[in-house]
Amino acid sequence: MDLRDGPEEAAFRATLRTWLETNVPSGLRGFRGWSDPAALALGRDWSRRLAQAGYAGLTWPKEYGGAGQPWRYQAVYLEELAKAEAPQHLGVIGLGMAGPTIIGHGRPDQKARYLAKILSAEEIWCQGFSEPGSGSDLASVRTRVELVGDRFVVNGQKVWSSYAHIADRCILLGRSATGGEKHEGLTYLVVDMKSPGVEVRPLRQITGEAEFNEIFFTDVAVPKENLLGEVGGGWRVAMTTLSHERGTFGFALAGALDVAVRKLVALARERAGNDALVRDRVAREWIDLQALRYTNYRALAGLERTGVPGPEGSVAKLRWSEANQRLTKLAIEIIGREAQVGEGDGAPAYWRHQQLRSRGNTIEAGTSEILRNIIAERVLGLPRSR
Amino acid sequence: MDFSFSPEQDQLRVQARSFLEKRYPLARLAEIATSPDGWDRASWPELARLGWTGASIPEAQGGAGLSFVEEAIVFEELGRALYSGPYFSTVALALPALACAPDLLARVASGALTATLASATQASVAAVEARRDRDRWLLRGEADLVPDAGWVDAFVVQARGPDGIGLYLAERHDARPLVRVLDTVDGTRRLGRVTFKDDDARLLAAAPAAATIIAATRRRALTALALEAVGVASQALALGVEHAKSREQFGRPIGAYQAVSHKLADTYVETELARSLAYWAAWCIAEDEGQAELAASAAKTYAAEAAVAACERAIQVHGGMGFTWDHPLHRYYKRALWIESFDRSGAAHRAEIARAILGG
Repeated sequence: MDLRDGPEEAAFRATLRTWLETNVPSGLRGFRGWSDPAALALGRDWSRRLAQAGYAGLTWPKEYGGAGQPWRYQAVYLEELAKAEAPQHLGVIGLGMAGPTIIGHGRPDQKARYLAKILSAEEIWCQGFSEPGSGSDLASVRTRVELVGDRFVVNGQKVWSSYAHIADRCILLGRSATGGEKHEGLTYLVVDMKSPGVEVRPLRQITGEAEFNEIFFTDVAVPKENLLGEVGGGWRVAMTTLSHERGTFGFALAGALDVAVRKLVALARERAGNDALVRDRVAREWIDLQALRYTNYRALAGLERTGVPGPEGSVAKLRWSEANQRLTKLAIEIIGREAQVGEGDGAPAYWRHQQLRSRGNTIEAGTSEILRNIIAERVLGLPRSR
Repeated sequence: MDFSFSPEQDQLRVQARSFLEKRYPLARLAEIATSPDGWDRASWPELARLGWTGASIPEAQGGAGLSFVEEAIVFEELGRALYSGPYFSTVALALPALACAPDLLARVASGALTATLASATQASVAAVEARRDRDRWLLRGEADLVPDAGWVDAFVVQARGPDGIGLYLAERHDARPLVRVLDTVDGTRRLGRVTFKDDDARLLAAAPAAATIIAATRRRALTALALEAVGVASQALALGVEHAKSREQFGRPIGAYQAVSHKLADTYVETELARSLAYWAAWCIAEDEGQAELAASAAKTYAAEAAVAACERAIQVHGGMGFTWDHPLHRYYKRALWIESFDRSGAAHRAEIARAILGG
């Protein structure tokens, strides 16, 4: 047990920190999300720079263009990026979800075709999993995938797809067979977002911005070679995607929470220094942050030992989302009525936005209810609730 | 960066758990907790033989020369088993002061000496005074709410000497000093009132060195209790899960109902977070890291709350059975409450943390 960086990690961290100081475009400092069109315009160039410096695909095998580093390097990378308030690579869905899925289930020609362009941000990916009728119950998806001659034809609707409005490709889970076990009739495809019949509509959310989209598929032709895994074997492929969603995700979350706690501390010092109740709540958030951080380190040790993300990923996501909601709520309480005004880019507007945005945290990427089910059933071994 | 235990440390945990499960199964809890002594005295030589009492004591004094991380593993497992001997008192509360004297360390390592800390608490009516009488020290006064006071061989006493607060050792002989064991809610860790009437003592550390030892003792004690709390919470969770799997109502195990399973999931989450904080604090202490004090405060307040909540949820999941005297859960609950009450309230710890991060 040694909670300090080893010499190699320390060197990696120091190099990265210096690199970030000089390379984060000024328009992306204090990054608040890709829904800002000005940020988005800088996003591809920024992502390319990350890739050129070797920071994209840190844990990907070297044969696929990655750095082949242990997970701890990805953890350091996410911590430092968060600390610098710099955005991640624009292609997080490709890097964190589609790429590892293709590495796990793809054929050599698919790996050759997709992986390098994910790293370089030449191609941005989005995820077509959730549907209006299928949220937590993912296996109930109804988007139809039919094999007609030498191609698949896709019809249906996907929703809550981040990046879809700028994406080149989509990992799509659809239904190829009805009747029988619902997990068995699923097929996993790579869909070219420029295909005729693909329509993307941004979804305006509680903050007024549009980070997510709806995607409509109308008779979209997908070449047969875009199949990942087997026809009818899509569930297994989708599970790979979702397990990677929570791999080192916790570090990005704890990193973001670290920034939020620091800002909260600054806000409380400025506006509520002597209020004992506020001080107590700030201390609680600080403790929770440390708990989350060290739980991530424990999870990392497990991940490096087994290669498989453990249940701590669900723990981290669950607690981070609730912590972020409490913390942002506390901030707008401290600010008071000023936080009701969205103008300007000072603290009130910042926290107003963060607080509203945080309401999505307990819903996106696995609702808190589903995460508790996962913990109850897969970790504690309790009987299925349905 | 490596937050994992070594194979030897994993081995220690396996050894501790299997020994404690065999010697102190849940079925024996009631018998031990209601016995006149409140603990199984025969256990102490065994703990010494296993190397637990001397885990962090240098090899020159017969210890294993290991660190607080190894002791941390033992604390967690003792909490899980609700072990009732004076390990916490001796190893967490007394050891830092006993380290001033190699002969005392050797006696702790061999199992010949158990001890506790008699210090002023907010509830104490009188502080203890130390005065010099030729070549010896005499203690006078009263220390209240002293853990395991009834059955230890010696007291490390925080007393006011001529230069300020010092640490003294008063060994128990001929029923002196006077000890009154208090009717303590947690029968497995009873508190006592210790009255010194010019009792003989040995100076371990005078001011200002004593202040450093007192601060180190507090960090160790808070972290040890955080680890015990993690053990307590883990056992409460295990009992709750076991019951939720086997108890059927409306034709299904009650664990299939989310109103039940989500409570247990919350306990799991909080226990894991508490564990992370407790291990972090233990590592900080072993490495003498600057953050040790904050880490110990954070771990103790968080883990104590988590353990109390874990027991309360487990009691609720057990229904009427969980409310009975015969079920072991209430003993875990009472230990969790004991831990929560130690040192200062959660709010006071958070106020300390707020001072560190917010200033003022």
